Amino acid sequence: MSARLRRLWGMIRKESLQILRDPSSISIAFVMPVVLLLLFGYGVSLDAKRIPLGIVIEQPDTASQSLAGAFDRSEFFRPQRFDAIQTAQVALAERRIDGILWLRNDFSSRLFSGLDAPIGIFVNGVDSNRANITQGYIQGTWLAWLQHFAAAQGRSLDLPVAMEQRVWFNPALNSRLFLVPGLIAIIMTMIGSLLTAMVVAREWERGTMEALMVTPLHMGEMLTGKLIPYFVLGMGGMLLSVAMALFLFGVPLLSPFWLLMACSALFMLVSLAIGLLISIVTRNQFLAGQVALVVSFLPSFLLSGFLFDIHSMPEWVQTITYVVPARYFVAILQTLFLAGPVWPVVLVNAGAMLFMLVVLTALVVKKSYKRLD
Amino acid sequence: MTEQSALSFHNVRQVFSSGGHALCALDGIGFAVAPGRVTGLIGPDGAGKTTLMRLACGLLRPAQGEIRVLGLDAVNEPQAVQSAVGYMPQRFGLYEDLSVQENLDLYADLQGLPKDGRAARYAELMHMTGLAPFTARLAGRLSGGMKQKLGLACALLRAPRLLLLDEPTVGVDPVSRRELWAIVYGQVREQGMSVLLSTAYLDEAERCDDVLLLHQGRLLGQGAPADFSAEVEGRIFQVSASGISHRRLQTRLSQAPGVLDALVEGETVRLVMQAPGEPAAASLLPGLDEVRIRPAAPRFEDAFVARLKTRHDAAAALGALDLHIDARGDEEVIRVRKLLRRFGDFIAVNEVSFSVRRGEIFGLLGANGAGKTTTFRMLCGLLPASGGELSVAGHDLHTARAEARRHIGYMAQKFSLYGDLSVAQNLRFFASAYGLRGRRQDQRVAWAIDTFGLADYRQTNARDLPLGFKQRLSFAAALMHEPEILFLDEPTSGVDPLARREFWARTNALAEAGVTVLVTTHFMEEANYCDRLVIMAEGTVLAEGTPREMKARARSADNPDPTMEDAFIQLIEQREQAGEKGKETAA
Repeated sequence: MSARLRRLWGMIRKESLQILRDPSSISIAFVMPVVLLLLFGYGVSLDAKRIPLGIVIEQPDTASQSLAGAFDRSEFFRPQRFDAIQTAQVALAERRIDGILWLRNDFSSRLFSGLDAPIGIFVNGVDSNRANITQGYIQGTWLAWLQHFAAAQGRSLDLPVAMEQRVWFNPALNSRLFLVPGLIAIIMTMIGSLLTAMVVAREWERGTMEALMVTPLHMGEMLTGKLIPYFVLGMGGMLLSVAMALFLFGVPLLSPFWLLMACSALFMLVSLAIGLLISIVTRNQFLAGQVALVVSFLPSFLLSGFLFDIHSMPEWVQTITYVVPARYFVAILQTLFLAGPVWPVVLVNAGAMLFMLVVLTALVVKKSYKRLD
Repeated sequence: MTEQSALSFHNVRQVFSSGGHALCALDGIGFAVAPGRVTGLIGPDGAGKTTLMRLACGLLRPAQGEIRVLGLDAVNEPQAVQSAVGYMPQRFGLYEDLSVQENLDLYADLQGLPKDGRAARYAELMHMTGLAPFTARLAGRLSGGMKQKLGLACALLRAPRLLLLDEPTVGVDPVSRRELWAIVYGQVREQGMSVLLSTAYLDEAERCDDVLLLHQGRLLGQGAPADFSAEVEGRIFQVSASGISHRRLQTRLSQAPGVLDALVEGETVRLVMQAPGEPAAASLLPGLDEVRIRPAAPRFEDAFVARLKTRHDAAAALGALDLHIDARGDEEVIRVRKLLRRFGDFIAVNEVSFSVRRGEIFGLLGANGAGKTTTFRMLCGLLPASGGELSVAGHDLHTARAEARRHIGYMAQKFSLYGDLSVAQNLRFFASAYGLRGRRQDQRVAWAIDTFGLADYRQTNARDLPLGFKQRLSFAAALMHEPEILFLDEPTSGVDPLARREFWARTNALAEAGVTVLVTTHFMEEANYCDRLVIMAEGTVLAEGTPREMKARARSADNPDPTMEDAFIQLIEQREQAGEKGKETAA
């Protein structure tokens, strides 16, 4: 073994031992992904289900009971009956229910006379997004019931436009399938930037960096020796997340596995480069942690499109997202998992990450020299 | 210089800029370190020792000047220098979560030690450092002295031609210090190694072949330790007198004509005179009978103080402290019985007992990790005890913690005042924290500023104070409520000998005013200032008594006049022998 390789090997072994002995590294790499995936996979959902809905029927008869039954059977609603519109409105104001379906006493007569929609809908517009969803679901359920009712009556329904919709890539519109791949990017950012920034800063703080510097070890060997173990650790966390995504949450992987690994490796390197840069600049664990949180973790969470749609952000915020590496990786992940290898998407985003990697590596090399000043 | 030097500086200047203003850390430094010798870089904290070491390793680029290391240019070829020298930074540069063996393996890999030579070198170093039984232990679990030796072993793996050691002995127990010196000299003899070693302990200068004396970024001198001491030859005397306490004797002598420095040393006072020649008892101490004056051998510290005191004004003599302590008498004010403190499995303080009488200066002496600070925190009510009894000023700390705390002043080990507040604001804050208001508060703040000479720094933010003044401010803050008991935790760590003298003069004055003082220190010679002390190691008390009693135990035919350090070393050795006997009988 040449002296150079032996030094590199010495660094890799030392870092690996430190990772194995430090419970926080292991937990960030393996416990954190599990917690985040379980939380987002089971706990957080962007879909509206079991919406508490108030139903007011002023004159119960066959038709109105049949409509109410349609809402009862729907998985989207959890209806409650109210005797009068006034009490229902109080419940709406107190947020016990999110919407009201009001069937007035002329409901049946208008229904049979000309089928012009005789229902009233109230929704709570405080959470506008949820209000839209609620309103849409109520209308959808009403139209479906109406068609069904018309057919049973042997009449045809004359609607001005009959809409036929088809959802691609996530036919069940299950937000879990969309969240879980994005989470992998968040987890890899944590391991790459947050953990790496802290452990390298720790060397500065404890004075071991000084001892390392006054040896034949070259800066490049030191950086490589640090990168390799954390790269392996990060990819381990990534594999764990992918396994959970596929086998626990049933997310389909519609692309070749090697392509997913290649893109992940590229993103891992970008993350590690950010972590190294932060630690070199701050040289202090606390500061490194804070900076990593603010420049790497939070942007990945908020601005990557993992949770919040980039296109609905204001233009200037959209501009900022272009410097968030997770943005590109989230786009790749969501495409690779749910849509398959759509090459233009993969290549454009991978190209952006490669460019970032080159810039960051240049910065790390420029900033890291064997001097303390 | 005909002989090629191992390390040379030529007109080196180093400037650090922080927050807009530049700080000159080193200026006009020029020297050469001869090969095959041990050169000591001596100076107090803030003198620029670490900066100089880092420059020599190529870790810093000087603002100006030339540095050559083993014939290499450290300014332009730092990597070549770093590959050639052995270096142990402060805190030893060890990975605490790696075992002893793993640390050695790492540095062997980094230094390119061939695989086939390793086993022999490891065995040799482990034997030399006494670490052979501990190779599987994590470095973080080693004692301070063992860490220091492991750090040294890592730096010595490849037997470098130049070894640079930055404060290897600070805070380490005297036995380990002595062993370190033995290892260093062994390497110089066997390998012809050159060594540059920095230290803040002035007494270590005498162990070096050659000394560089650094103070406030400037080189005060270079030479053999004896050359320095020769300057004060014939000016050093030991004075004792009956019918006067040694503290009052010291106060009188420090104000006597012709005296440059007066220092309590056991029951006598050590004098450095301005000019050679034995002073007359009548002129030194008029009105006192039975004054004995005898010449003493000069030490390095005498020379250091003599050089600096001629540069500074002789520290203004301190008058009596205007302090109102109500309680009088000499009853026991602090009682500690079988005090115990556990942190998990680790026993930091193990059945410690002692008692302190009113008006005493009582010392807790020991290396870092001996349990001094933990004991202190329990006495101040900052940390609950795991077991045992302790009472302060008549209040049991298990039951009346807040009550006891009102009687004590505490000066923490690290500077713990508010850096962003001015001197006056800090004092005002501490006064109000102790419940002083209105005119009373104004009076106390004025008293503190006056007594501690802080008038010039009134509006200066505490962070920007010189080190010695920071210490004065901490001291003043601890005295705002006129406590009858004062706890001082490592008060003199890192301050230069002059500031240290001033500090002890104040402490003496406090004791004279009736304040009970409890002080921890790892400077062995400071034990001499105490009335009584305990020596602690690994959480237990090894001995209790007056400084004279302690030293008397170590007296032997070979060593008729032992120092406190000798006494300490003897106690540790006795304990280790007893431990081994215990093991033998158990086996």
